[in-house]
Amino acid sequence: MKNYETVIGLEVHAELATKSKIFCGCTTQFGGPPNTQCCPVCTGMPGTLPVLNRRVVEFAAAAGLATGCGITRRCRFDRKNYFYPDLPKAYQISQLYLPICRNGSIEIETDAGKKSVGIHEIHIEEDAGKLVHDPLEDCTFIDYNRCGVPLIEIVSEPDMRSAGEAVAYLEKLRLILQYLGVSDCRMQEGSLRADINLSVREAGQAELGTRTEMKNLNSFRAIARAVEGERRRQIEVLESGGRIVQETRRWDDGRNMSFSMRSKEEAQDYRYFPEPDLPPVEIGEEWLDEIRKRQPELRDAKMLRYEREYGIPAYDAAILTGSKRLADIFEETSALCGNPKEVSNWLMVETLRLLREEEQEPEELTLEPAKLASLIGLIEEGTVNRTTAKEVFEKIFREQVDPVIYVRENGLAMVRDDGLLRETVRRVIEDNPQSAADFLSGKEKALGFLVGRAMKELRGRGDPGRVGALLKEALKQRPGSP
Amino acid sequence: MELTELTAAELGRRIRDGRIGVREAVQAQLDVIEARDSRYGCYITVRREEALARADEVQKGIREGRYSSPLAGVPIAVKDNICMRGVRTTCASRMLENFRPPYNAAVIEKLEEAGTVILGKTNMDEFAMGSTTETSFFGAVRNPWDVSRVPGGSSGGSAAAVAAGEAFAALGSDTGGSIRQPSAFCGVTGIKPTYGTVSRYGLIAYASSLDQIGPIARNVEDCAALLEIIAGEDRRDSTSVPGLDHRYRSALSGGVRGMKIGIPKGYFSEGLDEEIKNAVRKAAGELCAQGAEAEEFELEAADYAVPAYYVIASAEASSNLSRYDGVRYGFRAQGCRGLQELCRRTRSEGFGQEVKRRILIGAFVLSSDCYEAYYGKAMKVRTVIRQSFERAFRRYDIVLAPAVPGPAPKLGESLGDPLRMYLGDIYTAAVNLAGLPAISLPCGMDRNGLPIGLQLIGRPFGERELFRAAHSYELARGGCFRPPAGPR
Repeated sequence: MKNYETVIGLEVHAELATKSKIFCGCTTQFGGPPNTQCCPVCTGMPGTLPVLNRRVVEFAAAAGLATGCGITRRCRFDRKNYFYPDLPKAYQISQLYLPICRNGSIEIETDAGKKSVGIHEIHIEEDAGKLVHDPLEDCTFIDYNRCGVPLIEIVSEPDMRSAGEAVAYLEKLRLILQYLGVSDCRMQEGSLRADINLSVREAGQAELGTRTEMKNLNSFRAIARAVEGERRRQIEVLESGGRIVQETRRWDDGRNMSFSMRSKEEAQDYRYFPEPDLPPVEIGEEWLDEIRKRQPELRDAKMLRYEREYGIPAYDAAILTGSKRLADIFEETSALCGNPKEVSNWLMVETLRLLREEEQEPEELTLEPAKLASLIGLIEEGTVNRTTAKEVFEKIFREQVDPVIYVRENGLAMVRDDGLLRETVRRVIEDNPQSAADFLSGKEKALGFLVGRAMKELRGRGDPGRVGALLKEALKQRPGSP
Repeated sequence: MELTELTAAELGRRIRDGRIGVREAVQAQLDVIEARDSRYGCYITVRREEALARADEVQKGIREGRYSSPLAGVPIAVKDNICMRGVRTTCASRMLENFRPPYNAAVIEKLEEAGTVILGKTNMDEFAMGSTTETSFFGAVRNPWDVSRVPGGSSGGSAAAVAAGEAFAALGSDTGGSIRQPSAFCGVTGIKPTYGTVSRYGLIAYASSLDQIGPIARNVEDCAALLEIIAGEDRRDSTSVPGLDHRYRSALSGGVRGMKIGIPKGYFSEGLDEEIKNAVRKAAGELCAQGAEAEEFELEAADYAVPAYYVIASAEASSNLSRYDGVRYGFRAQGCRGLQELCRRTRSEGFGQEVKRRILIGAFVLSSDCYEAYYGKAMKVRTVIRQSFERAFRRYDIVLAPAVPGPAPKLGESLGDPLRMYLGDIYTAAVNLAGLPAISLPCGMDRNGLPIGLQLIGRPFGERELFRAAHSYELARGGCFRPPAGPR
């Protein structure tokens, strides 16, 4: 078999996290009952007109700035015409001729090293509705809630060469969008969708092979598998003397294979033309400056700052900043308790462990920084020990309890009353005369056993060091001790 | 003089003075409609009960000082492509035969705020595509001057209603001449405002970059009063323009002394009816007698206006009309199996011939293989035409032209030869391509007793100047254009 190179480009659709839709005032919230979040404008009733939501332009420009794109100062909208019942106007308002951002790139890192992936363009468009087929009644319902939800489509250059690079690119892109706050990027809710353009060519060849476009990829895993699957399929076709057909294919992750949807010949003519209902968008220097000023610190900068400012190891800094939510919790909690290393520990160890147990993503974290900070406070002031603190942390994680109240109500605070401690120690020695004798005869190990007993009596609320010291003291004062 | 023959402004004055009651005016108007409309077919929907109820409400409002506009209490007709909440809005198409919009067009809101009484919805060419009002699903409108002739189109119902005394004033819409051409044929006055002056929100789109709503009335003052009501920025229409001076009535007086008038030479060559040519030249002479200076000039690329207009308008129409698929509202073909058949048959059965012709032209000129040769080229022509008007307005304040090349055709004469019908837009379409304001007003009668229309074209947002010129001419012309009384 010849040596083949895989060439991959991604088209990524991200739903923008604006409160209202792109051309009307309807909410963009996910999951409302069907057709409760639409109006005459987003359902394209006769006589209605679109009015552009300026936040959409700002979000798209922010994404462009963060990916090194040039911002088109006078961008325009175009109509993409096609008939489908989920598209009530029978055209999608999009950008073909003058997209808002062009010519950017982002840096990715894989086992193969660092590499720059070009961004061809980012354009703004509106989402369509959703068809729901009811097999019982054998009919189709249409939910228009998603109509007019703003999207950006980020089109990469064909710069990726492996599934690993494609996933790394997408992960990096997702982080950028999340850090900017312009999109939730939840693949399972469809707020981040990726189509793969893939071709193969013999290694060393300058010309690109015929490409296919793969749709219906709902997870990073599916993307990796689809790249592998399509690469294999194309190579098999070529090796058996066939030709690749330019077509759109649908990935079936359950069956680990793809199916042809339509070929180039069947491709629609979208009859694009400039949208007459919307004047061109002028993005002046002043507006662009405002957007620039609002750009938050992005992941790479944050990672370096954590290392520098907080002395967090590079590995930990990478994990903490690997999720915008995790980084936000880290920073807020550190600001509250002033102990970033301790915060990092709780996030890196207990939090990640519990997330794994719950099979949750860091983005889904509900952990409140104030609660973690007050737990750390309880440890620092000696109110709880580490073992108790772990127990309390689980309660915070799972049930959002307030640590101070929880510790008080469950009597988890450490016993610092020496009278009570001495009383406990006395009882333990009386109940375990053999161990006491062993200790006194020089068996140091016996002390550990007695400390354990005493801690059990105290239901873990004692400071083991203090309990040990009191034990020694009591044993030495016993009649018969040397 | 009969009450229904008053101008809108005069009726408004008498209502404010208390000499005429709003209900009296509305009732008189409804009586005329009752008596005459079976003959002319101006209306698709008459809001008899609602208009009378509204009359009482407005009367009360006037007494309480809530309505102070000069047209408060005046009954107005509205073209049936303008959405009115809960009122059937058909675009004269089977496709929207029973469509009741859940919202008001911006102009409807403004008419209601001003205290006018909306009488009903007027007949038109289907989706405003046509020059005769014969493409209406509800039947043709007849010209009140000669019922064997068309009233023009597409706002034929509005123009004929005003001419026939079935409305004091009306709203039309103008995409390539649809206000000015029927105004000329019916001997009434109609203005297409500068693109962006009146909100298009709620106007069912034909060609979005060209459509503009405007008044049709008995004289220039009425047009100014009505435009003053409906003009203004609207945040729901991104192409509407803020910060304009909409005081049109106060711009009427002042005369034309020193005003420079340009007359496009090419418009007076072949193809123009001799009588119209003379009447329009005479009108120019009247303006000069008032102190204006007129001069002929070459309006470049004027010959390409009609083809460019039909390419652009059809392209936008093919997209704007794609939403009528039988899924959500409007006509739905029965007994369809599957989506494709539903869409295909709904559109085949719901649209008329002329609409289908323009959708096909539009889809063709936008197809990827033809885009540059047709749509791209038409857009270039549009730029050239805009520039040639810009050059003209550096030298002239007003451009004077005929409104139409010939008299109103007989019914049934036009549709068989669409290309000839399209050429009837030769003096009007360029104005839409350039987005300019233009008014059409009567300037004489031909040998058959049909009115002749004069067109005055202004600078972008130069409506005040345009009204002043038109009003000046109207005063000089004198008289009043009304079709011969009684059933003909």
